Amino acid sequence: MKKMKKFMGLALSCVLAAGLLAGCGGSGSGSSSGTAASDDGEQKWIIGEIGPVTGPVAVYGQDVADAGKIAVDEINAAGGINGYQIEYITADDEHDAEKAVNAYNSLKDKGMQILVGTVTSAPCTAVGAVTVEDNMFQLTPSGSSKDCIANDNAFAVCFNDPQQGTKSAEYLAEHFPGMTIASIYDSSDIYSSGIETNFEARAKELGLNVVVTEAFTQDTATDFSAQLQKMKDAGADLVFLPIYYSNAATILTQCNNIGFAPTFFGCDGMDGILSMENFDTSLAEGLMLLTPFAADATDDLTVNFVKQFSDAYGRTPNQFGADAYDAFYALKAAIEKADLTPEMSASDLCDALKTAITEIEVEGLTGTITWAATGEPDKEPKAVVIKNGAYVSLES
Amino acid sequence: MKQKFQMMDATSRDDFMTYAGLVLAYVIVSVLAATGALNSQMKGLLVPLCVYAIMAISLNLVVGILGELSIGHAGFMCVGAFASAFFSKVTVGGMPDLLRFIIAILIGGVVAGIFGFLIGIPVLRLRGDYLAIVTLAFGEIIKNIINVLYIGRDKAGYHFSVTSANDLGMDLANGEIIVNGPQGITGTPKSATFTIAFVVLMISLIVVLNLIHSRDGRAIMSVRDNAIAAESVGINITKYKLIAFTISAVIAGFAGAIYAHNLATLIATPARFGYNMSIMFLVFVVLGGIGNTRGSIIAAVALTLIPEVLRFMSNYRMLIYSIVLIVIMLINWSPEVKGLLDKYVYSRIPFLHKFKAKEGK
Repeated sequence: MKKMKKFMGLALSCVLAAGLLAGCGGSGSGSSSGTAASDDGEQKWIIGEIGPVTGPVAVYGQDVADAGKIAVDEINAAGGINGYQIEYITADDEHDAEKAVNAYNSLKDKGMQILVGTVTSAPCTAVGAVTVEDNMFQLTPSGSSKDCIANDNAFAVCFNDPQQGTKSAEYLAEHFPGMTIASIYDSSDIYSSGIETNFEARAKELGLNVVVTEAFTQDTATDFSAQLQKMKDAGADLVFLPIYYSNAATILTQCNNIGFAPTFFGCDGMDGILSMENFDTSLAEGLMLLTPFAADATDDLTVNFVKQFSDAYGRTPNQFGADAYDAFYALKAAIEKADLTPEMSASDLCDALKTAITEIEVEGLTGTITWAATGEPDKEPKAVVIKNGAYVSLES
Repeated sequence: MKQKFQMMDATSRDDFMTYAGLVLAYVIVSVLAATGALNSQMKGLLVPLCVYAIMAISLNLVVGILGELSIGHAGFMCVGAFASAFFSKVTVGGMPDLLRFIIAILIGGVVAGIFGFLIGIPVLRLRGDYLAIVTLAFGEIIKNIINVLYIGRDKAGYHFSVTSANDLGMDLANGEIIVNGPQGITGTPKSATFTIAFVVLMISLIVVLNLIHSRDGRAIMSVRDNAIAAESVGINITKYKLIAFTISAVIAGFAGAIYAHNLATLIATPARFGYNMSIMFLVFVVLGGIGNTRGSIIAAVALTLIPEVLRFMSNYRMLIYSIVLIVIMLINWSPEVKGLLDKYVYSRIPFLHKFKAKEGK
């Protein structure tokens, strides 16, 4: 038996050695200078995207990757950026900080010049610490923690969590004055607690009547009956849900079971609830969410994007996809503004883009966006409501 | 040299091979990295590989040598990671980086060790699977405590809260929140290098292998093999169990400290520092051969590398990873495969003769 173990040790070390060799094999194609050229010698932009396409929040990563593909194809079909085509490369980070850094390194080996990513906050912060070392321009479509854009090379398309919490409180004060509000949030999640902290602070200032604040963690995210019962007993008529859609689906179902039917109000993480499997979408009827994108909007840009997306992937895009789409057009605008070419190194591109992006204004799916040097976007939040199983803009 | 090598007894020779193999791997990888032959993906993986190898050594000591099951080792790593990251955040700029990092590693180890010791005192007095139950609970409790812990610092000193950042009551403009509940610790200085991680790996390995071959180590193994017999010859079972378990926790704390100083965000999520991660460490140990330190290290390295190397398969890589795991498990324990290997591989190639499975073993 012991000998057998020894042999397995040997076999595994062979696997390991082979793995190392396989890893090294890739180094030939990855030029460390960041200058890119395709096989036929033609210059190309190499833009990378990182997001979770497996794991608990795969919906977001999948939408970002797919919407990015649509944007890239459109731009390429229209002649590329400054006459150069884009090569679009993606990697999976499983919504994990360590995996995200690995994914970033693997994209860098493929010659990535600009990073669109990462999709979720915690991985984005970890990757941000590496991109600033490499001086790689980073534009996250949906990394909403403030730490994501702490470095001067990082910019975001979406609102950050403090902004969302504050805007939600302001929206509720304006449109639902005098309501009895309860809120439930995921204390083990950056996104959720980030919004909740700022919502509470702002709600207090505005004098909102928040009667119950309940928390849960990912470990207890299967049974909310205790928290919901408490809200029901407190007579809440509006429940604020600054959480991701998967937990919200459970909450809505359990509210229905105990006969508790307040108005529900969520943030952009709620987006995606209609495409969730095994969820009775009629329960989400009347749910409001604050998100910069509504798939039913009638402007040409949205109609075109939603059509292309559903033709290609058979589902309606959510706000994350829209953010990613805007990210690519923002890059296009910034690159054209600064008149850059793909021969430049990733670091030179980054230096030029840092200034250029603050000088542009992008008419995107998520509104008209401008950027401050801090990396924060400036755009108007929209509220949407779910009606007849679809997102409908809530005109204020 | 050769004579000296042959004079060593079998175990020393075996240990020597392990050390030599690791040092050789270190030298080769360092040379490759220095000459630019290593791509950034592999370079980025070097520190995590060391961290997981250290965790494999640590858990192997408990599972393989002590014979107790711990399914909360990620908890000890988590404690070490947060303690050391906290120290680094507080003292950054106050002392040379290397010195600070070394102290941070020691703090990570000591704090994890204290937790290991405290948990061990009641639990290791019992016989049975109680350690598994308690360590499982410990891992989950630690994760949840860290997720509600808020610590901030401003001119007035430190502020603590277990409810929310708003309740810290501190001056946010002139202070900073160091531990921010579920957002964990952000902006830990990235001090971990491959060399330091490797040195810690070697130290852990030397400590564990020497412990195994020492008088205390034999006592620990006797507890594993037959507790009643061990007790009858005057071995203090609880004491030896505690020694092994505490050392293991300290080493896990070291690994956590290096992990924390390799990434800018440190968060205790279910995927990171949760039950799943503890099970992953257990898989390293079981796959590498329970009680076989070298095997555990190899398994840790291989299993960490496989999903990364398979990145080119995009969506299929996690599927392939699971299949590889199942196949290795089957091959490892299947008598048929062993028989085939004996017949066609070991007996044909003279060099591999010694691996041939012996009758009745």
